Amino acid sequence: MMEWLLPIQNLLGPAWLPIWTAVKIMVIVGPLMGAVAYLTLAERKVIGWMQIRIGPNRVGPFGLLQPLADGIKLLMKEIIIPSGSNKFLFVIAPVMVLMPALAAWAVVPFNAELVLADVNAGLLYILAMTSLGVYGVIIAGWASNSKYAFLGALRSAAQIVSYEIAMGFALVTVLMAAQSLNLGEIVRGQQGSYGMLNWYIIPLFPMFLVYLISGVAETNRAPFDVAEGESEIVAGFHVEYSGMAFALFFLGEYANMILVAFLTSIMFLGGWLSPVSFLPDSIAWMFAKVAFVLFLFLWFRATFPRYRYDQLMRLGWKVFIPITIVWVVVVGGWMQTPYWLW
Amino acid sequence: MPEIKNYTMNFGPQHPSAHGVLRLVLELDGEVIVRADPHIGLLHRGTEKLAEHKTFLQALPYMDRLDYVSMLCNEHAYVQAIEKLAGIEVPLRAQYIRVMFDEITRILNHLMWLGAHGLDIGAMTVFLYCFREREDLMDAYEAVSGARMHAAYYRPGGVYRDLPETMPQYEASKIHNAAAVKRMNENRQGSLLDFLEDFTRRFPTYVDEYETLLTDNRIWKQRTVGIGVLTPERALALGITGPMLRGSGVEWDLRKKQPYAAYDKVDFDIPVGVNGDSYDRYLVRVEEMRQSNRIIKQCISWLRQNPGPVITTNHKFAPPGRESMKQNMEELIHHFKLFTEGMHVPEGEAYSVVEHPKGEFGIYLVSDGANKPYRLKIRAPGFANLSSLDEMVRGHMIADVVTIIGTQDIVFGEIDR
Repeated sequence: MMEWLLPIQNLLGPAWLPIWTAVKIMVIVGPLMGAVAYLTLAERKVIGWMQIRIGPNRVGPFGLLQPLADGIKLLMKEIIIPSGSNKFLFVIAPVMVLMPALAAWAVVPFNAELVLADVNAGLLYILAMTSLGVYGVIIAGWASNSKYAFLGALRSAAQIVSYEIAMGFALVTVLMAAQSLNLGEIVRGQQGSYGMLNWYIIPLFPMFLVYLISGVAETNRAPFDVAEGESEIVAGFHVEYSGMAFALFFLGEYANMILVAFLTSIMFLGGWLSPVSFLPDSIAWMFAKVAFVLFLFLWFRATFPRYRYDQLMRLGWKVFIPITIVWVVVVGGWMQTPYWLW
Repeated sequence: MPEIKNYTMNFGPQHPSAHGVLRLVLELDGEVIVRADPHIGLLHRGTEKLAEHKTFLQALPYMDRLDYVSMLCNEHAYVQAIEKLAGIEVPLRAQYIRVMFDEITRILNHLMWLGAHGLDIGAMTVFLYCFREREDLMDAYEAVSGARMHAAYYRPGGVYRDLPETMPQYEASKIHNAAAVKRMNENRQGSLLDFLEDFTRRFPTYVDEYETLLTDNRIWKQRTVGIGVLTPERALALGITGPMLRGSGVEWDLRKKQPYAAYDKVDFDIPVGVNGDSYDRYLVRVEEMRQSNRIIKQCISWLRQNPGPVITTNHKFAPPGRESMKQNMEELIHHFKLFTEGMHVPEGEAYSVVEHPKGEFGIYLVSDGANKPYRLKIRAPGFANLSSLDEMVRGHMIADVVTIIGTQDIVFGEIDR
């Protein structure tokens, strides 16, 4: 493929690879940022409709330019650095939240061919990258030198660490079923002649729920948004941030949401595979599934009250982790019998 | 090794769930509250002192601004104190109107409380649902008094004027076109009573909607069951009243125990809780909304059948009619005296108390026979309720403080006065 690029490749020589990779990164990150911007608009619109409101409709037709206006506003705002804060860490923290949220996209396949780095340990890489995000949150909370931010950081550290375990175990069942850590292979493992009955959501349904709920908790979204808990600790770890530094936390949170939606559709909902065998597989299916999972995120936010911090920990440790461990054993045993059809 | 110390945190006055300007100094052991110290006074406007320098009628609108989400109930206690002191007979129709508007106010207050409480616990949507219904009730306020919130509708001796025959209408604008406005005005074609009757028909299904979102919600229950438990003995000892007291299982409601206005002529039930926790108080208040709806219905049917005067004919306290004033020397003098120096309330003292949505709202009035109160003391239910905060939050977590502030239904207008 891409034969028409050969002359440029010859011209650039050894510089070709980094440049070409940078171009590919741009092609992923650019639309991703656009998706993040419009996800904020979609969130406000969807929740608005659920709450018998209209949502933003003043900037551009149907409020379509609202994300742009918000972005410009945040860019123009002053970044206030509290006098008692650790300046270096205060500035670096939002970057540390956004960076892993973007880096994880390197191994996400969009369809059978479209993937930046088709590495075999893709799933491990994703787990590693998403775990890194919590450091940014902790550092933000600590460097702000504010009691509210500090409480938020503590909550978030405990929360993310505990939900990571349940999430990890849920993924273990997926890779047992797929026999691979490569995300593309996981999707291909769900291919078959029965359409959506071949997807891992069927044998691993409890794990799908655990993963989805842990994903909501992992991204600090309602009803698990105790780290920012607006009505309790005001904004938690980012209470002292303003302007673009605040916007980076926001971008990170929404990029993570989209990432979790992608991973859910890749691992449980058959990625780009068509749900019925008579329709062709396509990247459109992928986006449709992602949009559905993202809609669930917004729906949760409009419906549920917030968990209390200790109840959230109890749900993680006393409910999800035992369920996942049991299901790992069940799947292991099931796979040894002839009744394993996936 | 350094000594481990408790963490002191300033909660408010600028905090999203401080319900106005509550300032709490929290002593925390981790996230667990060791001590909560409420600081008040940030909204002090000196209502009691101001009233000493205003005529009796001029002090009335200040009552709206005490507990600014249950306006007419505050006024009721105030006018009742004057009536008690002056021995004015209030026409029955005015009493029914007052009962109806007290109950509308109760629903307004409880809707505001439910929305804010839900928002504190993180359930956003209930808030907006509640405000949808508040809108209709505020329109009823507007129809009768011209103001959506600070109505100033009750008068010593009755109410300002009879219920209107028409409702204010929406007008077409950039946002709502003519067709949309027509739809919105559909239930506003008749009189105020028609509009309210339509509302009472719709309201139970709205309450069901809120309950669908909250009552059996696992998270809601986890957040409220067993939080801020108040035993009946402690509740009585702390002087707590209203839904807070009834949530603890004490059946005490002035509307039943010491009926005032027309409350002895309408039929309703008093819900009480069992465990005295936030969840019970939630259930009590939701049931109170349904009961208020029942009372409004009964008032509507009575008011339809019994036209009559709505303010006393004692023209020492209520202005005479325009026609009689223009023909009758005595009425002219009454009018002149009332509108220049105001009413003179006979010497003495009176305490009047009403079952306000938040508890017992009392006015203690001392008059020396002049046209101003000699002393006015307000007993605000929220003040007594807030004093139990420290006791209720001890041993709970920060998130529960927010729940408990919400469940106490605090409004600073009346606490700081």
